[in-house]
Amino acid sequence: MKQVKHRNSTSKVLGFCLAVMLAFSTSIFAQGDPVAGKALFNSNCAACHKLDKKMTGPALRGVVDRIDDKDWLYSWIRNSAKMVKSGDPYAVKIFAEYNNTAMTAFPQFSDADIDNILAYTSAPKPVSKVAVASIGSDSSDDGVSVDIVLGLLALILVVLAAMLFMVTKTLGNLAKQAGVEVEKTDPIWKRFVKNQFLVLVSVIAFMMFGAFHVFGFFMQVGVDQGYKPVQPIHFSHKIHAGDNGIDCKYCHSNARVSKTSGIPALNVCMNCHKTITEVAPETADADYSKDFYDKQIQKLYKATGWSESDQAYTGTPEPVKWVRVHNLPDFAYFNHSQHVTVGGVACQKCHGPVEEMEILEQHEPLTMGWCINCHRDTNVKTEGNEYYTKIHAELKKKYGVDQLTVAQMGGLECGKCHY
Amino acid sequence: MASNKKYWKSVEELDTNSIVETLQQSEFVEEIPVGDFLGDKETLEDSSTTRRDFLKYVGFSTAAASLAACEGPVIKSIPYVVQPEQIRPGVADYYATTIANGYDFASVLVKTREGRPIKIEPNKMAGSNGGTSARVQASVLSLYDNMRLKSAKVNGAITTWSKFDADVTKKLTELNGAGKEVVLLTQTFASPSTTRLIAEFKAKYGNVRHVVYDSISESAALDAFQEKYGERGLAAYNLEDADVIVSVGADFLGDWQGGGHEGAYAKGRVPKKGKMSRHVQFESNMSLSGANADLRVPLTPSQQKVALAKLYGYVTGGSVGGKLPANIEAAVKKTAAELKKAGSRAVVLTGIQDKGAQAVCLVINEALASKAFNTATPVKLRQGSDAAMNQLVADVKSGKIGAVIMAGVNPVYTLANGEAFGDALKKVDLTVSFTEREDETSAYVSYLGAAPHYLESWGDVEFKKGHYSLTQPTIKPLFDTRQFQDSLLKWMGSTESYYTYIKSTWSTGFLSGSSWNKALHDGVLVTPVVAVDAQEGDVVSSEEAPVSNIGSAVAKLAKATSKGMELTLYAKTGMGDGQMANNPWLQEFPDPLTRATWDNYITMSQADADRLGLSLEQSTFFTEARHDANGGLNGTYANITVNGVTLKVPVMIQPGQAVGSIGMAFGYGRKAGLKTEMQTGVSAYKLYANANTIQNVTIEATEGKHEFACLQLHNTLMGRGDIIKDTTLEVFNTKDARIWNPKPMVSKDHVMIPVDSPDADLWTSFDRSIGHHFNLSIDLNSCTGCGACVVACHAENNVPVVGKTEVRRSRDMHWLRIDRYYSSQDSFIGDVEKKDNITGLGSSLVEFAELENPAENPQVVFQPVMCQHCNHASCETVCPVAATSHGRQGQNQMAYNRCVGTRYCANNCAYKVRRFNWFLYNDNDEFDFNMNNDLGKMVLNPDVVVRSRGVMEKCSMCIQMTQKTILDAKRDGRAIKDGEFQTACSNACETGAMTFGDINDHDSDVYKLKNDERAYHLLEHIGTEPNVVYHTKVRNSNEA
Repeated sequence: MKQVKHRNSTSKVLGFCLAVMLAFSTSIFAQGDPVAGKALFNSNCAACHKLDKKMTGPALRGVVDRIDDKDWLYSWIRNSAKMVKSGDPYAVKIFAEYNNTAMTAFPQFSDADIDNILAYTSAPKPVSKVAVASIGSDSSDDGVSVDIVLGLLALILVVLAAMLFMVTKTLGNLAKQAGVEVEKTDPIWKRFVKNQFLVLVSVIAFMMFGAFHVFGFFMQVGVDQGYKPVQPIHFSHKIHAGDNGIDCKYCHSNARVSKTSGIPALNVCMNCHKTITEVAPETADADYSKDFYDKQIQKLYKATGWSESDQAYTGTPEPVKWVRVHNLPDFAYFNHSQHVTVGGVACQKCHGPVEEMEILEQHEPLTMGWCINCHRDTNVKTEGNEYYTKIHAELKKKYGVDQLTVAQMGGLECGKCHY
Repeated sequence: MASNKKYWKSVEELDTNSIVETLQQSEFVEEIPVGDFLGDKETLEDSSTTRRDFLKYVGFSTAAASLAACEGPVIKSIPYVVQPEQIRPGVADYYATTIANGYDFASVLVKTREGRPIKIEPNKMAGSNGGTSARVQASVLSLYDNMRLKSAKVNGAITTWSKFDADVTKKLTELNGAGKEVVLLTQTFASPSTTRLIAEFKAKYGNVRHVVYDSISESAALDAFQEKYGERGLAAYNLEDADVIVSVGADFLGDWQGGGHEGAYAKGRVPKKGKMSRHVQFESNMSLSGANADLRVPLTPSQQKVALAKLYGYVTGGSVGGKLPANIEAAVKKTAAELKKAGSRAVVLTGIQDKGAQAVCLVINEALASKAFNTATPVKLRQGSDAAMNQLVADVKSGKIGAVIMAGVNPVYTLANGEAFGDALKKVDLTVSFTEREDETSAYVSYLGAAPHYLESWGDVEFKKGHYSLTQPTIKPLFDTRQFQDSLLKWMGSTESYYTYIKSTWSTGFLSGSSWNKALHDGVLVTPVVAVDAQEGDVVSSEEAPVSNIGSAVAKLAKATSKGMELTLYAKTGMGDGQMANNPWLQEFPDPLTRATWDNYITMSQADADRLGLSLEQSTFFTEARHDANGGLNGTYANITVNGVTLKVPVMIQPGQAVGSIGMAFGYGRKAGLKTEMQTGVSAYKLYANANTIQNVTIEATEGKHEFACLQLHNTLMGRGDIIKDTTLEVFNTKDARIWNPKPMVSKDHVMIPVDSPDADLWTSFDRSIGHHFNLSIDLNSCTGCGACVVACHAENNVPVVGKTEVRRSRDMHWLRIDRYYSSQDSFIGDVEKKDNITGLGSSLVEFAELENPAENPQVVFQPVMCQHCNHASCETVCPVAATSHGRQGQNQMAYNRCVGTRYCANNCAYKVRRFNWFLYNDNDEFDFNMNNDLGKMVLNPDVVVRSRGVMEKCSMCIQMTQKTILDAKRDGRAIKDGEFQTACSNACETGAMTFGDINDHDSDVYKLKNDERAYHLLEHIGTEPNVVYHTKVRNSNEA
């Protein structure tokens, strides 16, 4: 391998060369195809390198500006460990700078491939679009028209009532002037009181109305449907499960084997977020800016005690106190694995379209009636499960059905959930 | 026409201007002093609160409070930052470990949830030492004891371990220089690694003496064994191999010689092919072993010695003198004949604390060539030497000793002259004690090392020679504690941890190629016996002269006599030697025989009590004497004096107690390091002079009435042979099952039909033939009454502890009780005959009253009773809110959140197994037990609800366990094998008396047991069709 010993030998030569290189850099390195380079970069390099930020390895934008020797780059990329071993000073320096982590060797890359990648890394940094947060712009537009209509109607009614009052008064005055004896009538409330039937009907109506609402009020006590608390870290299920299509059980792996689905341990987050230090600019939307999301990732680092600059854990984590959304009372036993693994029930059946929720909320009431209704309707997944073979055959004969509901299997008994 | 008459109350009314007129006008006689309150205008005007405002505030705050109450609380959840690989929230992990606290030794499995140990299960791979007693089951709660010593202390002040080490090593080096002796006073560790470690410690510090001390000594047996076989240990008995078991004062179903015999014993007690073992017990106190015996002969301790000598004589064919009452003499003679007939399938055990007696016992077993008797693999669970301890006490008193380092012992409490020893300790230069709590000894010691609980420790145990077991931590130490062994290593200047030390002991020693990880996983390792083990503790020759001539030893035994009353000290099933006295589960655990909780007492025969004026009259309708109106049992007090030490102790009348003897339990009367509630009873160690459990005693009545808290107030069955079916082996073998296990008949249309025929049924029967149908089978033959199931149920189901006063009011919460019945005649069969022969009013008045009193030497039977899970349950039909209902799998289910507490179900339950939560037993200072602090609550099973005040609760047949088994099988997609279904009680039962399973699986054990000819149901005639089935007790009364 060619040794690039001359590089640091004389600064003047270097400076001159650099100037020449820079002058021709586009012509020299732009031979590659930046589009093909991007694909290669993302599939091979992105795990450790970013363009503008240090990660496991150095930031790569403009790497060709830092390292003029193309052959050195070729051999470094194909097998960096060998270069370190041979004692190349720059290679050793880089190796030491990044915690003695050897870069993966890519012997399969052709010169053209490497050129493509380098072309991609040489592309100028895009001017970041400043995301202008549009606050309260068009979200309230729809409501205004309705309000105006209602307001107008109210106004008309008031005007009409006033007119009616004035008409009666004028008529009364006219009659008085004309000397017509107007029969004095009782005020309306007196007449209402005198009408026993009306009183009775309205009392009954009022009581029924009251009872309905009191019952309704008590029935929703302890039912937290729609509960949507603010979490210490704004974790978006929409981005993770929706946009990125991560399987629920990747993070909530406990749901497969345990009674609890488990709030994932933060080390699970760090599986990805060690490398994903910021969101893509496209992730930002009108409500939440990129800056906002990036701050959430920083919160995760703080919680796990991850130091981005050192690429190491500081050892002083600050565990996150999540606010629990779905909460069953202690006297109800619920087992996730029973439903997820044995029953094959989709998570969304009880948790709603989580993949569309920016902020997680309780989608279903989680009341006993709700559980029971599902047990009545849902068929047990007996196929291929040897546990059910005998029971299924016998129950099939007994009930004369092919499919058994959970209720027919005894899923409505009190003791199945309450002990 | 209406009368115009006017009535007046007094003559003043006639006078028009009288005061009467004035009074009639005013509502109150005196003027209401409104002026004082409202008349002060200034105050009223200064106050900014008007009446209307006041009402507004009241209204608003009431409304706000009620609205706020409806708001759900915000619940925070904190996940792991880095989740340990082995831990999955919600899934239990099991680890094999070993308890070895110097008194209890067992190889166990520990169930942990989210890293917390919550339950002790038996280690079924471990063989004879894998069973869990009530104490072992309860030991998990001692881990979460708030009274534990939480950090090291010097002279009462908290210190750091580094300071502690620096001080101790400095002093040790000084003492070494000065040539003063250092003493290690330890419990029996039975640990090869500790023995090796102490040997190395001796090498380092030169003048070191190691004294092993057992709180309840087995020194006599150890000395006798050592003398005969050259190795310090106890003979290993496998009672499964014995057809005739004769015990002279040995409570081998209790803690005799380290315990652990019930599993093997019970195997021979179930009649198979018409055969079962025969068990004869000669004893003074009524013990568990005596209660299970086929023939129990009550006799005083000195008579026991004579009886043993005579047994020797009859078995070996010599003639032995000595006097015994004729009936005992005859029993001994017959027993000896049985022994000889059974030959090598017979065994003799003795618990007499006398080297001669122990030696004679060994010789008898050798003479019989007993197969159940094994001296090649001696038991190592007791190593203490009385001679060494006596020597140490003398040396400490004379000031010869430079340092005493104690571990796992509490001599100030357990020595008869404990305080004197403590005072002597104060003069020793360096005193160190490793202890789990600030116990009695701690007050006399300058350095207190906080020792971890065994669930936080590493260790190894050699149960029997070649039978090893490992202790591993199952939780990170809760407090700043450190093991004795780790400290020794530190003081020796080693950087090694005790864990690596054990590992090297094993790999260089007996692991011999097998895997360490496998041994740790299994918890046990059995190796072929190699050379003689290193002895634990220094070699000290016994104080008694060697038993050179067995003949003279026998002659000495035969001469044993006693003038007055004799006291036998014993260990209770629940409390043991008392080191777990701060454990509320054990305090509330009812003694299997007296059924008393939270107490110790002297047990005395009715005859002696009458003679000494210690018996209370029977209560009548008008008087309260023996029982209070609420049923609580009362007792008198006696002053008992042994060697000049007098104690005031309550007296409990114990049927079967030998006349002329009394008994008293160790382990009570502790104060130091215990909550006030747990400071119960009187310490019997004060009477334990010369470490001899048998003492001469003088008794005199004294004033005062003691209130016992007993769980069972009636003692006999009154001849109700359908509750306990009881027969003899002879009848069982020769007669039809319909004779000794008759099916109850009921009358329908004046025709008698069996109660279980469909015609006798009021109810429509459900089809339970599909899926699982659980049954629990309880064999009264193999149930020894040990009570492990009671504590296991407590731990599994979060059963609350209610305290002594509540137990006395019969408000105990045990879901599972073990009823103990005495016969009123000599046998239960005699009771039935007596009852059946009662005719006429006169006879029934007298004879029923007689049946209420237990016999002097009654037969005893134990019957575990929990919810019977009746298919036609009487409780279910009376619940107004349908809180209790029946499941298809046979379980009677109880929905606590639905229960409104009418208690109709408890009233209607024929078995009285339902328990009502009279109070809130958690977070309530009135019930300051484990559920009242965060530490104690860590033991709670997260799969079972903690019940609140006002709801009924009862045995659920461990539905959380059956449901888990089903779910595991579903998840794995497999059928369930027999034996997978367990309840807490059946799993804890070492004797196999409780078998649980699915009767729809016709290959299962429980299906066979249910259809066994011994099977019957409790109160079968009422037609409740329970899912718990009992097995008729068969007694081997055949005298061979």
